[in-house]
Amino acid sequence: MYRSFFPRDLFAEFDRLQRDFGGFLDTSPAIRGFARGGYPALNVGVTPTAVEVYAFAPGLDPATIELNLDRGVLTLDGERKASLPTGDARTTVHSTERFVGRFRRVVSLPDDIDPGAVSASYRDGVLRVSIPRREAAQPRRIEVQ
Amino acid sequence: MNTVTNFKDPTTPAARSARPEPALVPPVDVVEDATGITLYADLPGVPRDRLHLRIEGDQLGIEAEMELALPQGLSAQHAELELSRWRRAFTLSKELDASRVSAELSQGVLRVRIPKADHAQPRRIEVQVG
Repeated sequence: MYRSFFPRDLFAEFDRLQRDFGGFLDTSPAIRGFARGGYPALNVGVTPTAVEVYAFAPGLDPATIELNLDRGVLTLDGERKASLPTGDARTTVHSTERFVGRFRRVVSLPDDIDPGAVSASYRDGVLRVSIPRREAAQPRRIEVQ
Repeated sequence: MNTVTNFKDPTTPAARSARPEPALVPPVDVVEDATGITLYADLPGVPRDRLHLRIEGDQLGIEAEMELALPQGLSAQHAELELSRWRRAFTLSKELDASRVSAELSQGVLRVRIPKADHAQPRRIEVQVG
């Protein structure tokens, strides 16, 4: 559906990406994996203090985005309404590449997250979810006595 | 980042203009009605000042760049969008009036309206009985 997001030369990189996937939890791939090419496209990154999820979900009403975090699994639900007129005999649709309908995407998060302090914001069609990591997991400098 | 960007030196302006930076292709919807054509394009992450719409001759060009608030020290774990630039171009047909194009950008969706020229507006043709 979102195939047009990926120029052809990026398809050649899929093998390399597949190998990189394992790094999210450990060397074996997560059981839920990551379904590519869905709506919204997801980018996930980590900092020493947080896990950041970016969902590229243009054209949504933020109030209708359903975001749930249950036992380390982040679920993103919603619906994108069609912007095209329907049933008008005088219009011609030449191209329909944009996603329409209900969507659901699921991300497995690392074990060290703090589910109590999640924040989410929607700007310019990108939903950003920040999940802080527990303090115990953050790097600390150890004073030598 | 990947082999696409390695073969040119991005610091020389000549190299930059000779080979445009790799970009994602935004998905579009195009609808035509009696008075013009409406184009919708998904450009998530693009604020208004990073969107450039250009009409040159019969070419409509969309060029846009994402602006994401990335925290310091962020390392990517999984990336479905690996580039931050969007680019796509369309050829307009001559019954469209390129001088009256209007556009709006809202929550990452661009809407471009290209009206038909007055002479191309629909007319009902009376059939004479001779």
